[in-house]
Amino acid sequence: VDTLILSRIQFGANISFHILFPTITIALGWVLLFFKLRFQATGEDRWMAAYRFWVKVFALSFAMGVVSGITMSFQFGTNWPGFMETVGNIAGPLLAYEVMTAFFLEAVFLGIMLFGMHKVPSWLHTTATFLVAFGTTMSAFWILVLNSWMHTPAGFEMRDGVAFATDWWAIVFNPSMPYRLTHMLIASGLTVAFLIAGLSALRWLWGDRSAEVRTTLRFGATLGAVLIPIQIYAGDMHGLNTLEHQPAKVAAMEGHWDSDKSPVPLILFALPDEEDRENDYEIAVPYVGSLILTHSLDGSIPGLDQFVTEDGEVLHPPVAKVFWSFRTMVATGMAMLVLSWAAVWLMRFGRGPEGLPKPVLYAFAGMTFSGWIATLAGWYTTEIGRQPWLIDGVLMTRDAVADVPAPMVLGTLIAYLSVYGALTAAYIGVLTYLARRQAKGEPVPTFEAPASGAAEARLVAGE
Amino acid sequence: MTMELFGDPYVWLPFTFAALMGLSILIYVVLDGFDLGVGVLFPFADGAEKDRMVSSIGPFWDANETWLVLAIGILLVAFPQAHGDILTALYLPVAVMLIGLILRGVAFEFRVKAPGSHKETWNRLFFTGSLMTSLSQGFMLGLYIMGLTWTLPHVAFACLTAVFLTVGYSFIGATWLILKTEGALQRKAVEWARGGIWGLILGVGAISAASPLVSPRIFEKWFSFPATLWLLPLPILSAALILWLWRALRSLPAPGDKGAMGPFVAAIALFTLAFAGLAYSYYPFVVPERLTIYEAASAPESLIIILVGVCFVLPTILAYTALAYMVFRGKATDLRYY
Repeated sequence: VDTLILSRIQFGANISFHILFPTITIALGWVLLFFKLRFQATGEDRWMAAYRFWVKVFALSFAMGVVSGITMSFQFGTNWPGFMETVGNIAGPLLAYEVMTAFFLEAVFLGIMLFGMHKVPSWLHTTATFLVAFGTTMSAFWILVLNSWMHTPAGFEMRDGVAFATDWWAIVFNPSMPYRLTHMLIASGLTVAFLIAGLSALRWLWGDRSAEVRTTLRFGATLGAVLIPIQIYAGDMHGLNTLEHQPAKVAAMEGHWDSDKSPVPLILFALPDEEDRENDYEIAVPYVGSLILTHSLDGSIPGLDQFVTEDGEVLHPPVAKVFWSFRTMVATGMAMLVLSWAAVWLMRFGRGPEGLPKPVLYAFAGMTFSGWIATLAGWYTTEIGRQPWLIDGVLMTRDAVADVPAPMVLGTLIAYLSVYGALTAAYIGVLTYLARRQAKGEPVPTFEAPASGAAEARLVAGE
Repeated sequence: MTMELFGDPYVWLPFTFAALMGLSILIYVVLDGFDLGVGVLFPFADGAEKDRMVSSIGPFWDANETWLVLAIGILLVAFPQAHGDILTALYLPVAVMLIGLILRGVAFEFRVKAPGSHKETWNRLFFTGSLMTSLSQGFMLGLYIMGLTWTLPHVAFACLTAVFLTVGYSFIGATWLILKTEGALQRKAVEWARGGIWGLILGVGAISAASPLVSPRIFEKWFSFPATLWLLPLPILSAALILWLWRALRSLPAPGDKGAMGPFVAAIALFTLAFAGLAYSYYPFVVPERLTIYEAASAPESLIIILVGVCFVLPTILAYTALAYMVFRGKATDLRYY
């Protein structure tokens, strides 16, 4: 095992752990703003109750996101110095704008949003909530600009092996950015939709019949049902964009070895064999691959054979990993479609959660974290699909890695993995605990010590 | 072109960014210094006091840590080569610091949301994380002063600075608690501050003594006439501040809570003076004795586009940071989400 693969696993573990939490906070911030605005418009307590429960989830997720994000800004230097040395002139300003326009905004106003409801006027608290939501979205924007640029670099020139910016507009709005950003923001919305629906279903199953849980269960299921078709469409568009700019990735996603094979079938199951460069045990539907990718029955796409040089160097990503990550994402998305549409149908005509049979409630509970699975699988598809390039056509991953001794990387990797594993378990555990306490009608107070007399009085009046 | 407005862009841009980075590091050390310090002091407090201590830093810690991201971000974007050099040399202490930051950051949330029986564990992790972070930052400071090379004497020195910086953080943390708390906890905080001032004296002393000894260049910068005269206010002011703190801490807490802010302000001033001394010593180097800010800087085209943003954004950040400190001014009360 060498430094390169260990460093890749370490960065992969890091960024995988990190994305779990922003993917929640990006959309949950807007959902909280929605709850607060609904409360202000209607005066109905259920919206405030929903805000109070979900703001706890938000605070916990936010803290997890912040600390795991700090880790990444350091790992650029500790493990991947070649990245900034080569494209620092482009990545630098993008990251700087993320820190300046997003991180500070969300971090400063988070304090007011979480703890300031009775210290500042209501409009300022609502504004703080808005700014936190806006900040998380801005953060997603800048980081996806940079990430997209790594897939479809534009607006630069190379001088002595170093990239220099020539056109910032082209850099920011690089070819894959609009697709990737849309796909990710909707993914965040879906993650939150199923998180809310899942925890609410769990509370319902535990006997919680409050107006709040009724509201959030419907809200989550409906949000999921609305977003999933849009996401499938956005995903298709993103796929076509990838086919145009990174055909090797699409060939790997489809397990498409042979360029001459046309029409392209849709492979449902296969075990891609990198040695013999073919699929074992393939089950496929003819024509459908062409239909999806070229929107015609006999279209052809470049096969993996086009991405091997004459002296045998493989310039396409590892096929099985990309192939299966992609299928995991799509399958999760299909499950989301079926479940959310079934639930919305069953709750029609104001039947509400009473219309949901137990298996549907269990399915929601089981899919509480399905957004995580789809998000991770999607990111693995696109990031592993970029290999062996770190920046497509510009910098190879192996040329950017730091010359840190392998045992040292292994040591830190094990340390990070144990911390991440334990924290993910603790996070899921605490969310379940919060839901259980809420279902029992004994919500977890945020701080156990009593507040000042005045705040206590407001609290009693408010509840 | 505007870039030439202030002279050679290969000179003024790197200098500006070095100054910005220095400012971010200083703000980070002061702000996260006090909240890390509060974490380090955790074992000396009882249960209810711990809640109060956390609530005194709860609304601030996240924004405080963002200054670290900004500082490391500027290093990354303005001096990419130095970023790689420094961070690969500090690989292990960085990893320790990051795990420490992770543990303490999440413990803030977990300790009040996890089942009651787990609260003690998260309290311990909050302390452990704060300690790991403080120690590793002190260690990195020491190793940086020693020129980022891992030899036994250098590591020994770094271990010393690790302890001193940790005590220094707990000192500024204690002065923060004097400002933000009352009653028994405030009296305790005064005790802690009295105990911690030693760390500050030894820390500043050790670094001031060691850096000129390690580097003839730094020795030259400090002890050549007339520079010595210009620099004299630095140690004199520091000594005066320490003397003042020494006396002030003996008379606190005072009736009517008079002077509760004094020690915190004095601590900030001390940190600033020490930092100014370090900055003077190392300029123009970003990697000690190896790489100057001018050699390590990114292309002016990239720096200018960041600078434009900085000019608009930094004042805004400072303004809303001030707003947050205004909103949560006064003694810490128990925090609630609604």
